[in-house]
Amino acid sequence: MIGIDEIETLPRTGLESIQLQRLQALVTRVYASVPPYRKKMEQAGIKPEDIRTLDDLQHLPFTTKEDLRDNYPYGLFAVPMEEVIRLHASSGTTGKPTVVGYTMTDIQLWSAVMARCLAMAGVHRGDLVHNAYGYGLFTGGLGAHYGIEALGATVIPVSGGNSKRQITIMRDFGSTVLLSTPSYALNLADAMQDAGIDPGDLKLRVGIHGAEPWSVNMREEVERKLGLRAVDIYGLSEIIGPGVAMECLHSRQGMHILEDNFLPEIINPDTLETQPLETEGELVFTTLTKEALPLIRYRTKDISRLTLEPCDCGRSLVRMAKVSGRSDDMLIIRGVNVFPSQVEHVLMGINGVEPHYQIEVSRDGSLDVMAVLVEVSERVFSGEIKVLEHLTRSIQREIKDMLGVSCQVRLVEPRSIQRSEGKAQRVIDRRAQ
Amino acid sequence: MQVEQIAVFLENKSGRLAEITSILAANDINIRALSVADTADFGILRLIVNHVEKAQEVLKNGGFTVSKTDVVAVAVPDRVGGLAEVLRTVTEGGYNVEYMYAYAHRADGSAVMIFRFDDMPGAVAMLKEKDFALVSSHEICAT
Repeated sequence: MIGIDEIETLPRTGLESIQLQRLQALVTRVYASVPPYRKKMEQAGIKPEDIRTLDDLQHLPFTTKEDLRDNYPYGLFAVPMEEVIRLHASSGTTGKPTVVGYTMTDIQLWSAVMARCLAMAGVHRGDLVHNAYGYGLFTGGLGAHYGIEALGATVIPVSGGNSKRQITIMRDFGSTVLLSTPSYALNLADAMQDAGIDPGDLKLRVGIHGAEPWSVNMREEVERKLGLRAVDIYGLSEIIGPGVAMECLHSRQGMHILEDNFLPEIINPDTLETQPLETEGELVFTTLTKEALPLIRYRTKDISRLTLEPCDCGRSLVRMAKVSGRSDDMLIIRGVNVFPSQVEHVLMGINGVEPHYQIEVSRDGSLDVMAVLVEVSERVFSGEIKVLEHLTRSIQREIKDMLGVSCQVRLVEPRSIQRSEGKAQRVIDRRAQ
Repeated sequence: MQVEQIAVFLENKSGRLAEITSILAANDINIRALSVADTADFGILRLIVNHVEKAQEVLKNGGFTVSKTDVVAVAVPDRVGGLAEVLRTVTEGGYNVEYMYAYAHRADGSAVMIFRFDDMPGAVAMLKEKDFALVSSHEICAT
């Protein structure tokens, strides 16, 4: 089949022997050149030569975002700074941003994996690829850009913003592929409608959307409104940026992980034990080939599931299910990190409030809006409006004081917040809908 | 002489009033007076019914938050200035009306107003002293 890299159809044993070789080389390199890693491995009592099989991976210590922050900005880099030809950074939320670096070889690697992802989405030479991911410190825009060029397709580097101009360009230039966040794709669709442009006037064939959670319903909406077929892409700046995993247009049943470069594991976020295939848990990656910022067992906090079920497209690569949530339930509201447990803590401190609540996050224009749904119990209900209004205001004030973010409080009827077996669904994030 | 009122918390979503009235009807409970207070985010339905305990129980079982409050029903002469007279007395006595709503006419030509005051026992005692006719729940619920 066209567009499939040879390594993607290797028998598992062949692929695994490549992975093991690369893993051993990585651990040796990191042990020798990154002092914080050496220290962690010494503490864990493990030496590079102890890695004899892929299963030995689970003896290595994890890396977390906190490690990157503790060693901000360059402390985990494995090469001298003069080897680093590019820096990117994750959006600085409340703490320091996370800085990632790339050598020349890393940039070539990134271009190659991104090109392979594009090929999975059916993109080829001759395609006009409209890249509406933001260019800048964010890895989305430039990461995709280099991959499109490496594939030999034509890149239109529009970046984000100015939807009207985007639509004109799409129509006049004849864009065949759209790369954007799913929410921006819908924004473009609405702008098209306002401008009276029919999807039939455009040549769009494929949409590649990622960098934020999106639902199946949203996929259908994007497809209907833009007249294209939409696929999911996965990546994170710490691992490389976009290009870590990609859904094939052929099957659209989960994302193929480019595991010759990014070795995935699923762990139980509580026990930290490695989980078997088909089990849901936190996704962990080891970068097998990256030079400047190699990461061992990096905890993404994204919840997913791995499968080796054969895919109709012919690739033997492991696939990851659409990310279903975060292991830390962390929300970023207007740039502020919010954990549901903090909201719960505030509510528990207010007399008469039931332990049933839900956090609903949505977007009003470009602004995140957090609403906290609280059930009205008989203990707080006296039949008087002012009592309920007072309750609402005190919850708002306490949350603002504690979290530094303002919220709406919605009082709801008892038992109207869904109870689920086991873990309650505390957060509904509608920002991707 | 106070009358028991039940209050029901209403989320702002369609069909809730219809549901409440259906539950009451199915349980043979008659609504004698009602008012809905609403804010942008929620509402409160206040009801005077003929079987308070039963209404409270069936609505609770129906998943609603219900509370019981004492209110006072005052017979107001159905003529110009009738209500003004009651309210002037209340104000002069130093009491505040938290909310009030009207009940249907009575055979004697007076109207009935349902009141909730900030100080219920005090206001009730004063109204009695000033010879206002207070209406019993028995009378309100007699059909």
